[in-house]
Amino acid sequence: MGGLSMENLTATQNRNISLGEKPEGIEGVGFFATSLEKVVGLARKNSIWPLPFATSCCGIEFMATMGAHYDLGRFGAERLSFSPRQADLLMVMGTIAKKMGPVLRQVYEQMAEPRWVLSVGACASSGGIFDTYSVLQGIDRIIPVDVYVPGCPPRPEQIIDGVIKIQKLVETESLRRRDSPEYKAMLNKYGIE
Amino acid sequence: MADSQEEKLVSIIKEKFEDQVVLVEQLYDFLTITLKKDRITEIIQFLYDHPDTKFQFLTTLAAVHYPDNNQIGLMYQLHNMYSNERVRLKIYLPIENPVAPTLTNIFAAANWMERETYDFYGVIFEGHPNLKRILNVDEMIIFPMRKEYPLEDQTREDKEDDMFGR
Amino acid sequence: MDNATVDIDKVKPEEKQYSYLNLGPTHPATHGIFQNVLKMDGELIVEAEPTIGYIHRAFEKLAERRPYNQITPITDRLNYCSAPINNIGWHMTVEKLLKAEIPKRVQYLRVIIMELARITDHLICNAVIGVDTGALTGFVYMFQQRELVYEIYEEICGARLTTNIGRIGGFERDFSPKAWEKISKFMKEFPVVLKEFDNLLSRNRIFMDRTIGVGGIKADRALNYSFTGPNLRAAGVDYDVRVARPYSSYEDFDFTIPVGLNGDVYDRFMVRQGEMWQSLSIIKQAIEKLPEGPFHAEVPEFYLPPKEDVYNNMEALIYQFKIVMGETEVPKGEVYHCVEGGNGELGFYLISDGGRTPFRLHFRRPCFIFYQAYPEMIKGSMLSDAILTMSSMNVIAGELDA
Repeated sequence: MGGLSMENLTATQNRNISLGEKPEGIEGVGFFATSLEKVVGLARKNSIWPLPFATSCCGIEFMATMGAHYDLGRFGAERLSFSPRQADLLMVMGTIAKKMGPVLRQVYEQMAEPRWVLSVGACASSGGIFDTYSVLQGIDRIIPVDVYVPGCPPRPEQIIDGVIKIQKLVETESLRRRDSPEYKAMLNKYGIE
Repeated sequence: MADSQEEKLVSIIKEKFEDQVVLVEQLYDFLTITLKKDRITEIIQFLYDHPDTKFQFLTTLAAVHYPDNNQIGLMYQLHNMYSNERVRLKIYLPIENPVAPTLTNIFAAANWMERETYDFYGVIFEGHPNLKRILNVDEMIIFPMRKEYPLEDQTREDKEDDMFGR
Repeated sequence: MDNATVDIDKVKPEEKQYSYLNLGPTHPATHGIFQNVLKMDGELIVEAEPTIGYIHRAFEKLAERRPYNQITPITDRLNYCSAPINNIGWHMTVEKLLKAEIPKRVQYLRVIIMELARITDHLICNAVIGVDTGALTGFVYMFQQRELVYEIYEEICGARLTTNIGRIGGFERDFSPKAWEKISKFMKEFPVVLKEFDNLLSRNRIFMDRTIGVGGIKADRALNYSFTGPNLRAAGVDYDVRVARPYSSYEDFDFTIPVGLNGDVYDRFMVRQGEMWQSLSIIKQAIEKLPEGPFHAEVPEFYLPPKEDVYNNMEALIYQFKIVMGETEVPKGEVYHCVEGGNGELGFYLISDGGRTPFRLHFRRPCFIFYQAYPEMIKGSMLSDAILTMSSMNVIAGELDA
């Protein structure tokens, strides 16, 4: 109200903004030198392309997380990729039955490195309340998992917390990790090439 | 009023199929008729076509395993949309040979319901166009809803049964 | 034909033109995990073979292991978009077995909760039909309204989605003033947004062109496939469990049943829109006519006694112990109860042999039954129409596989 004068702008400006931290490095006039890993980590963590593998009730909470109220797009994960070849983060949300196991495994194998897996909900983490003959008791039996989010279903804030933890992993990951023998040994344990 | 409707229904069935009726009871206001399994499709077709009892809607069908009698009970629930009546028909099959005729020619909805019953209890429906497993994995060899099989996957090692009160 | 790797002379004449497309279990547009292998003649679908069971969690076997009040959380996960309807339906089944007398106030409160749940279920379905035709805005606005309903559920039972609402016999506590405040806020704000959503899509030329005449089914085929719920009402049959077999005082309320003509996608969309308006009217009537009274029935074997009695009264202590350990005595019997779920007649067939857990519990799941008709509904249509038909039928994977 009252036009775009300077006083009005400063009165209504939102001062509750925090800028992200810049990584350690040497800076001067017009340049900033830091290690490649840190720059790549910073770029990667704020532009994750998730693949929502939503099977059941946790999928509805994910839809609420992507909605306007709890916006996951704020953290850079706005562009959902349903094709595994173009995705960075596999978010497994919901119960995985034994019939679905091979499908999940195939989707994981199609993803290109670097890839992360977020297991959302009790059913994906450990089978949840369904301790039955037809439910896989946790997806970490077939694929390696980075972050587990418990809950049945987890609140959207918890899912966002899980994504932030993934972001921390992405930021601090070494560029050589995916070629290292320990990583290859872990994949071999799951039988993934 | 309701009693006479149900009595009328029972008398219509008994008039033609007196020898097939084993038991008639009212369980929680629901007319339940136990029949012999030989002519069940004829009876259901008869109830479908008869102008006084147009049971042309199959609400559900389910099986129950009675381990004490070594029988598998099969329950059909029919609904007459015209006069808002429901009836439950039950037949019992011996567990060594649980064979029943199919209802897919009368009700298209019976297709998947019978496949589910086959998947869970092993009831073979003669004449079914596509009797194979529907919900469980295709390689499964047991019929899991029967009482002798456990609920849990016995090969899991991360959950200790005595901590879960089994 | 230069790069052809198929020797045309060796291909059988009847198989020459068909290709097989796998609309696989993981697909962005199929909302839920079920697979369809489509035999296609170019863009037209000739045959479809569905495969389900990718989220089979063995509810019926699980229910044979759990005592009666512990089965409520698993009924939540049947149609998880409208979980309170499943919970209250299960509670009513057990109350029917016990022949318990439920006070009027409880019945009216249950009606309010069930109609709220029905609104949320139809919101998702209609918003998703919008998304599949390209109208993504409606989805975002509708999900914002679902947040309002989630807040109401949180006030009453503590959970957002899988609510485990109520107890056998009623509710664990009466609705707090904050809950009533949130309900009245919803009743004020939601009709405005629903009208906006209506204006966005109902008479939208593109939407109508995409949805009229698509994925239709005639009334007699629908009845033969045992359709119930909005899918059946869109085909022209006015069967609604709330009117045919009224439960929980639905006969006290005045509402109409919207019915379609052709059973196509547009009719299903409009029937669900109409039902949302009717649900709003029912909630308003229930709030106005709400009687005073206790918020739970007298079923001491299932309903936890108040804590003061537990510490002072021997009988209450014994009941508390038996309920928590799940050792209550239940009468023997065989009972069937059905409620009008978001997708149709949700039935619970319970056989009790007097033990602490059911002898047999069978869920009559509407999604499982009407999904059988899907291959017939999409025969001869294009792939994009098949996607639209599937999302308009509101197939929820949890209810399909159980």
